[in-house]
Amino acid sequence: MLFFSFFKTLTNHTITVELKNDISIRGTLKSVDQYLNIKLDDITVLDELRYPHLSSVKNIFIRGSVVRYVHLPAAEVDRGLLEDASRREAANQAGKAK
Amino acid sequence: MADAGEEEATSVSEPLDLVRLSLDEIVFVKLRGDRELKGRLHAYDSHCNVVLGDVEETIYTIEEDEEGEETVKTIKKQSEMLFVRGDSVVLISPQAPS
Repeated sequence: MLFFSFFKTLTNHTITVELKNDISIRGTLKSVDQYLNIKLDDITVLDELRYPHLSSVKNIFIRGSVVRYVHLPAAEVDRGLLEDASRREAANQAGKAK
Repeated sequence: MADAGEEEATSVSEPLDLVRLSLDEIVFVKLRGDRELKGRLHAYDSHCNVVLGDVEETIYTIEEDEEGEETVKTIKKQSEMLFVRGDSVVLISPQAPS
């Protein structure tokens, strides 16, 4: 749930998604769901010469499972908040397991 | 749960506690596909999804020259803030090898 909430705070910001097949796609994050599926608007493929397949596509849905990395806008990330949320999530998980 | 408070925060009783104690520290992350990351851990969850800051990615590739000699080539990439999907993660280590 932590990363679902985190990505929701990044909606309407520009992110770069690197897929497991090495394609990097830059675009505006429009929405995200619990599986970390991602919807991007106004996309551009970073290495267009090598991957011309998407050059006419403007918005896409990316299945969460094919994502390797998401490059984030560092200025929009509250590091302290993330670390606290991680500890809280860990405590919740430990509570459930007992 | 509540009475265990102080001990809960510092002890290692389950594997992910080691990752929790590495929050805001430099970690080494080994990934599938001959990739390694080194960066500051800002967030994680039980799937090993992580967010790292000031990351250096190292990719190992094997190149074959004209004589068929294989040499390992490393590619380094920098990223300010990076989300890594947990299904690519092989291991997370608190002591970053230099």
